[in-house]
Amino acid sequence: MTVNTGTPLVEMRNISISFGGIHAVDDVTVDLYPGEVVGLLGHNGAGKSTLIKCLSGAYQADSGDIFVNGEKATIKNPRDARSHNIETIYQTLALADNLDAASNLFLGRELLTAAGFVDQARMEAETRKIMARLNPNFRKFQAPVSALSGGQRQSVAIARAVYFNARILIMDEPTAALGPQETQMVAELIQELKRQGLGIFLIDHDVHQVKRLCDRASVMKNGELVGTVKVADASEDDLLAMIILGKTPAHLAA
Amino acid sequence: MSDTKKISKTTAKPEGLISRFMSATELDTRLIGMVGALALIWIGFHLYGALVNGFGAFLTPRNLWNLSVQTSSIGIMACGMVLVIVTRHIDLSVGSLLGFCAIIMGVIQVNILPSFLGLGHPLIWVIAAACGMLLGATVGAFHGWLIAYRGIPAFIVTLGGLLVWRGAGFLVARGETISPVDSTFALLGGGPYGAVGATGSWIIGLIGCAAVVFGVINGRKQRTKFEFKLRPVWADTFLGLVGCATIIGAVLLVNAYPWPRGIVRRYAEENAITIPEGGLFISHGFAIPVLILLVVGISMTLLMTKTRFGRYVYAIGGNPEAAALAGINTKMMTVKIFAIMGFLAGLSAVVASARLNSATNALGELDELYVIAAAVIGGTSLSGGVGTIFGAILGALVMQSLQTGMVLIGFDAAVQRIVVGSVLVLAVYLDILYRRKSK
Repeated sequence: MTVNTGTPLVEMRNISISFGGIHAVDDVTVDLYPGEVVGLLGHNGAGKSTLIKCLSGAYQADSGDIFVNGEKATIKNPRDARSHNIETIYQTLALADNLDAASNLFLGRELLTAAGFVDQARMEAETRKIMARLNPNFRKFQAPVSALSGGQRQSVAIARAVYFNARILIMDEPTAALGPQETQMVAELIQELKRQGLGIFLIDHDVHQVKRLCDRASVMKNGELVGTVKVADASEDDLLAMIILGKTPAHLAA
Repeated sequence: MSDTKKISKTTAKPEGLISRFMSATELDTRLIGMVGALALIWIGFHLYGALVNGFGAFLTPRNLWNLSVQTSSIGIMACGMVLVIVTRHIDLSVGSLLGFCAIIMGVIQVNILPSFLGLGHPLIWVIAAACGMLLGATVGAFHGWLIAYRGIPAFIVTLGGLLVWRGAGFLVARGETISPVDSTFALLGGGPYGAVGATGSWIIGLIGCAAVVFGVINGRKQRTKFEFKLRPVWADTFLGLVGCATIIGAVLLVNAYPWPRGIVRRYAEENAITIPEGGLFISHGFAIPVLILLVVGISMTLLMTKTRFGRYVYAIGGNPEAAALAGINTKMMTVKIFAIMGFLAGLSAVVASARLNSATNALGELDELYVIAAAVIGGTSLSGGVGTIFGAILGALVMQSLQTGMVLIGFDAAVQRIVVGSVLVLAVYLDILYRRKSK
């Protein structure tokens, strides 16, 4: 169990965002420490993805502040988030299907030659290097990612997040579309990244998975934060109760 | 398990000669298909002329030279249309914009500049052409702004533009034809004087061949450096030879088309040359508009394949949301893309009005359809994300070949339209079939 002292890696304080009168996220505060995995739980539409998109720069919060390493951070777009070493693996993977793995990995951050042209050869070489680590069976470097399997596509999305030395990693249901073997691969990767001191927000439906991988869990319901608990102290039933009833069990509330 | 493995191994081995050739050269099958279709059209029209009219006029230096000039205007714009369609937009205004730019350039060089600089001043054509291209880019950027920042669909913005700019051109010139244009400006449209001649063509051809050889060698070097799989030497040699042969063939062709006798006589009188007995053979060489198209094609190809900008164009076409999440300013990209399209429409207006030696209000009518057709026939997918500049230029050549061919063998205008329209639909259908199969 990590001891959470000192400055959190990320702190999202009193975040609110609404779309056309609906409070998608209502006054939610969550934080994340180095080397920690925080699970975000809740039903569909509970506001988990919306909350996290404020951190990744896809949305802008109506009110509330984001602190990175204790300093107030302004995140207006994905580029800002990336400059704070925040990387996101979206549920949809956010890959351009018509481009190959290397082009996707470096999308928005292409390596350039001295003349200012895109250095495709070097990008492909770098992609081969990182894929050798993440998914040694990956071979289709020339094919557009539309030709890849679900697991291969996932590994491209993960490689993109890992390659650029993320300190804060957001994973939105990373195993939703994967088979058991690939899920295991992702689980191992999360453990490894944790050891390297990254902070990870893991959005997941699967309570079992959260129990296995996370240190703490923040549960949301109807846009509000139900509570944040240490996973070691809570049973799966406790977590389910929080998701369904929207109340923190008495023995965890302290 | 082991049985199936064995079978697949033995069936994989005697790979067809053609498929082995294709995989070794890494050539695109659809590219070959297009070249094949082009060859078919050319030979078909020639034979039809030879058999029915008693004279095959298509495969003559004269016709092919004219074809190259006629293709330039559409081809230049098709390069821009690729970017527009790849990002899932459309631009219906290019024909009208071409007409508007041509009228403005006409007014500038005929009505305005001569009174300040004097008739025939060497700066007139430069200023006029620059104004036309700048105007095109500005109008294009404005379209892009309406589409990206005001959320109006490209179809509507440019459909409006189709009417607006045609009308604006009419207002400016009150429907009159402006001519003749500046004499230097007129050279940009081709014609005997607007071509680089035999020596110039050879120089360009040799530079082209050198570039092809350099490209092949450099490609091998890059692949070796990063330990990627190399193409077999014979495949690289083959590609280099085909490239050089095409270029040299083109040079021989344009040099085989001589100036008409009347122009030779006038030229000889002006330069005090006595015409020898058998007549004086002065080659046209590459026409200037063709060279403009060549420069546009090469620069746009570099832009699309070698720069971040091009990468982002394809990424937006493949998945706009992913592109935005990767930090790409997709709205600004849309403005830039439409500005490029407008710029190229302006450049195309230079070529078209110079070729006519006048700016008329009808210039560029229906061009939008030919340009879109050229891009689509050239393999640009209307669902976005796919398309090449080279393909679009080839597509423009196919469209223009059909058009010219039908004129040569005497089809009337109604039949021409029916054929062109049908070919467009057929080409898109074939494209859909091809993509379904390759998936």
